[in-house]
Amino acid sequence: MPDLSFILSHAWLIPALPLASFLLVGLVLRPLHKPLAGAVATAAVFAAAGLSWWLAFDYLHLPKTAGGALPVLVPTSVEWLRFQEGLSVHLGTLLDPISVMLLVVVTTVSALVHLYSTGYLHGEDGYGRYFTFLNLFTFSMLGLVLAPNLVQMYVCWELVGASSFFLIGYYYDRPSAVSASKKAFIVTRFADLGFLLGILVLGYYAFTIHAGMGAAAAGQQALDFAFLTRPDVLSQLQALQGQFLGIGTLTLAAVLIYTGGAGKSAMFPLHIWLPDAMEGPTPVSALIHAATMVVAGVYLVARSFPIFAASAEALQVVMVVGAFTSLFAATIGCTQDDIKRVLAFSTLSQLGYMMFALGVASYEHPLGYTASMFHLFTHAFFKALLFLGAGSVIHAVHTNNIWQMGGLRKYMPITHGLFLLATLAIAGIPPLAGFFSKDEILAAALHSGHTVVFGVGLLVAGMTAFYMFRIYFVTFWGERRLSHLHHQDDHSHDDHSHADPHESPAVMWIPMAVLGLLTIGAGFVPIPEWVRLVPLDGKLPEAHHGVDLAVAIPGTLAGVIGIALAWFFYAGDPQRANSAVLKLGRFYAVIKAKFYFDEIYLFVTKSIIFRLIAGPIAWFDRMVVDGLVNATGWVTRLGGTAVNASQTGQVQTYGSWLMSGVVLAVVVLWATTRQ
Amino acid sequence: MGLASWLILIPFLTALAVLAVPTRRSDLIRWVALVGTAAHLALTSYTTWAFWQEASPDLVAVRTETVSRVYLVERVPWFESLGIDYLVGVDGVSMSMVILTSIIIFTGVLASWNVVHRTKEFFTLLLVLVTGVFGVFLSFDLFLFFMFYEVAVLPMYLLIGVWGTGRKEYSAMKLTLMLMVGSALILVGFLAMYHANGSTTFDLTKLAQAHFETGLQRWVFPLIFIGFGILGAMYPFHTWSPDGHASAPTAVSMLHAGVLMKLGGYGALRIGVYLLPEGAQYWGLFFMAVTTINIVYGSLGAITQKDLKYFTAYSSVSHCGFVLFGVATLNLMGLKGAVLQMFSHGVMTGLFFALIGMVYGRTHTRIIPEMGGLGKVMPWLAACFYIGGMASLGLPGLAGFIAESHIFLGGFFGNSWTNPILSRTLTVLATLSIVVTAVYVLRGLATVFQGPVRDPHHAELTDATLTERLSTGILVATLVVTGMVPGLLIDLIEGTLFPIVNRLQATGMAIPGHS
Repeated sequence: MPDLSFILSHAWLIPALPLASFLLVGLVLRPLHKPLAGAVATAAVFAAAGLSWWLAFDYLHLPKTAGGALPVLVPTSVEWLRFQEGLSVHLGTLLDPISVMLLVVVTTVSALVHLYSTGYLHGEDGYGRYFTFLNLFTFSMLGLVLAPNLVQMYVCWELVGASSFFLIGYYYDRPSAVSASKKAFIVTRFADLGFLLGILVLGYYAFTIHAGMGAAAAGQQALDFAFLTRPDVLSQLQALQGQFLGIGTLTLAAVLIYTGGAGKSAMFPLHIWLPDAMEGPTPVSALIHAATMVVAGVYLVARSFPIFAASAEALQVVMVVGAFTSLFAATIGCTQDDIKRVLAFSTLSQLGYMMFALGVASYEHPLGYTASMFHLFTHAFFKALLFLGAGSVIHAVHTNNIWQMGGLRKYMPITHGLFLLATLAIAGIPPLAGFFSKDEILAAALHSGHTVVFGVGLLVAGMTAFYMFRIYFVTFWGERRLSHLHHQDDHSHDDHSHADPHESPAVMWIPMAVLGLLTIGAGFVPIPEWVRLVPLDGKLPEAHHGVDLAVAIPGTLAGVIGIALAWFFYAGDPQRANSAVLKLGRFYAVIKAKFYFDEIYLFVTKSIIFRLIAGPIAWFDRMVVDGLVNATGWVTRLGGTAVNASQTGQVQTYGSWLMSGVVLAVVVLWATTRQ
Repeated sequence: MGLASWLILIPFLTALAVLAVPTRRSDLIRWVALVGTAAHLALTSYTTWAFWQEASPDLVAVRTETVSRVYLVERVPWFESLGIDYLVGVDGVSMSMVILTSIIIFTGVLASWNVVHRTKEFFTLLLVLVTGVFGVFLSFDLFLFFMFYEVAVLPMYLLIGVWGTGRKEYSAMKLTLMLMVGSALILVGFLAMYHANGSTTFDLTKLAQAHFETGLQRWVFPLIFIGFGILGAMYPFHTWSPDGHASAPTAVSMLHAGVLMKLGGYGALRIGVYLLPEGAQYWGLFFMAVTTINIVYGSLGAITQKDLKYFTAYSSVSHCGFVLFGVATLNLMGLKGAVLQMFSHGVMTGLFFALIGMVYGRTHTRIIPEMGGLGKVMPWLAACFYIGGMASLGLPGLAGFIAESHIFLGGFFGNSWTNPILSRTLTVLATLSIVVTAVYVLRGLATVFQGPVRDPHHAELTDATLTERLSTGILVATLVVTGMVPGLLIDLIEGTLFPIVNRLQATGMAIPGHS
């Protein structure tokens, strides 16, 4: 390991700052002084962001390995949980191109969201609680990003889930927020069961291999990524004979782990929690449910990519589910009326993009890996901006429904400009960030021979442009519509709701402006040069450069067509959209109802699990199992009563019993002793 | 007299001191009880340190031994002709259980601050009960163990029957009778072992060196495991627990679910698995299957419960299932997980019952659907409830995760002598509970604490008082520290478990047809 600079060897400081602030804010400042709590929480994350940028700078200047790749470092590793020898969990920091990239993304977006929130939630009761959990989330997410082994990943994975739960349920007196938070936690927990089982399966076989390797595995633990992705370990895992329902052990483990990732990244059919999660305050949606936590699933697959690459079937699953989700969610996104839900479906669709990009990647065609990470990088900025923009709008008009907005570009020029910028970026219009990463993904699909996936990607690109510009036109163009309806927004500033909407305060638009700059600039960051799939032999091939016109032209064209359609239907005569919806009729209604997936889930939980399983078990326990216990008691008592009859209290009765006994004893004695 | 004896004696002396206070001075009675239990907590901390001083140098050596080492031993011959000694001492497992009990009784006294009915008798019985519990954890002579065991179980009858609520006489009777059936089975098992070893000693360390013949091991082990299992709420002998907890007053529920149920897991491990390794191997898979039912069935049963105490009791059935499941896995990770789960469930459930008592004291209802929106009214209690709930569903960073992860790994890794397909299938079934637990915990807590305030009378209630904050705060802190720094507890208990596992391994090698 080369000599490391201060920040590289002390990377643990980056998650430690929000952790310290979480404790300080949560235990001390929250009840004492709210504004100070918000300020400290925000300052801590800004400091962490500063350190992350510094770290990224130093990291990129490290000498490359012999194969030409950026080095992989584990500067900190402390034993935390010792299951047994060879299977002990070390908390530590793993620095490689993707973790450094995510460090920067997470801390930057989180810092901006913290700042924005100080304005957005100004004066609310739960202000201190909000920042406590936002800090906790940031810490957990950073721990997840830096995890050098599967267990630390799982630990932080659950912690981000819990902080997301508490933040979705921030307005805990609102029943819809409460049920959304429960739904998010339980659906992702169900998926995490897969993750846990994957750890068990992989842990068992890796441990066996680890034990068999003796000194060759010294200094490594069975669940370390460094150990699991060693070529010799992978080939032993691949060679395992064990089969489960015809699926090889390695494939089984990979698919189980992927299930966890699919839950967090809300892949179909586990997607149902994400749209409901929009019940949380909008800055939370920007940070957790758009830019960072939901990409954890993508990150997990990328982090354990060598394991997936060793199993073609597992990658196939990743690709098919990802491509389907991106199309499915885009379809629903075209029909929703709630601005945040449209953004949520667009997040789902973009996550599907990132997933299928990983699915088409392989050691022969490594571009998908790079493209997926690149898209994760750019998407974080423009999607966070879209959400913060939506938050700014909601803050002004107190409704989430786009049909109650309209004409806002006159009242909120800054928000309008930034929202338009981000919308153009997600639509893939050059030279904004989304264009470059989307282009890479489509190129990866095409060049690895997955033409159908490429087609789906192209279609989704057009649909994305369409539905994003749909909400853009409806919200910002046309005439101002109702604004004094009783609102369902995050807040209660009732005093303003009849006045004209106005631009948000500087503390809110400045973070948005910074994200706007990143939306413009992120596409030019040479992520594709830095983030590369390192082949098993460690030798990187020559990087390809530049934009592939055969992909860029149709990709951009799809975006432009989408925008044009949105303009046609939603920017001019509203009758056009209405008559189109009428023509689609039933079909449109089914899509708008999100294909009734919520109802299906509700049926399964309420009617099957609660009514047909849990209820009868509780009854069975009280009536049958406990009934048997009571019956035993009753029989015993009955026996007692029967014998009771003999306890008459009359000396004569006892005397006669005694005499009969003596006679019987004598007879028995006489009979047995007689020769 | 040594540390171990003082640990048993202090609660008893405190009970005598309470008796000496005039009945009407109920404030003084509380303070005497509090000072006594605080002194006990201090002595426990000192003993832990003293134990660690003696035990830590041996940690390497014990990895290959087959007889657990006991520290701070005191032995006084008692009935010499029968080979019965007053033999007390400390090892890692018993140390962790003593720490648990000491925390629970201290916080339990705090949580019983407002007991007004027959205060003197209440605290006396509570302290006698806990004397028995400490005696069980510290005695290394089976006869002494059994005596203390009965001392721990019997006061429960009066505590529930007199200070309880609802169908208290029925519950008290049911609980006591079912536990007595358990003790009868245990006693038969003890006597069988005593007799098989030539009727010379009840000393656990000496019995551990005797080799019981396979046939005996195979019929005695289930007696011991079921006998202790009844106390540990093993399916289908768990039904005393929901009724018992529901009727018992707060501190008794805390002690009972927090500590007394742990005697079950402790005995099954310490006596069943340790003394009868071949019996354990023969029955291991069977009991894994039974306790899997516990885990899944208990958690499913909790979903539809309406009463907060029944809700927690079913959750306990599920979590205590994990203890016995861990014991039945018969490998290092499983056994370690079982002890960790005893500790973590003890603290967690103690916290739950303390909180339920506090909520009930304000709302005068324990029916979940009658409450709502209490988080706004009593934020401290809500926060503690949520932390406990998160520990219960195995959130990393809190104690429950540490225990459950060990148990799942233990179950999945299995043993050389068990069919891997079966043990893994059972483990996978057991892991389903992490989802079900999330469902019932979040549903229950959301109904009680979130949403709008349901009952307008509840809007004026107050949050926790200072004593309440102290007792719940200690329990929450214990959950967090154990979850964040699991090494503390793991270091403490591991040294005692190696010999137990080594015996199983050595026996496993000896079974023909297994390698």
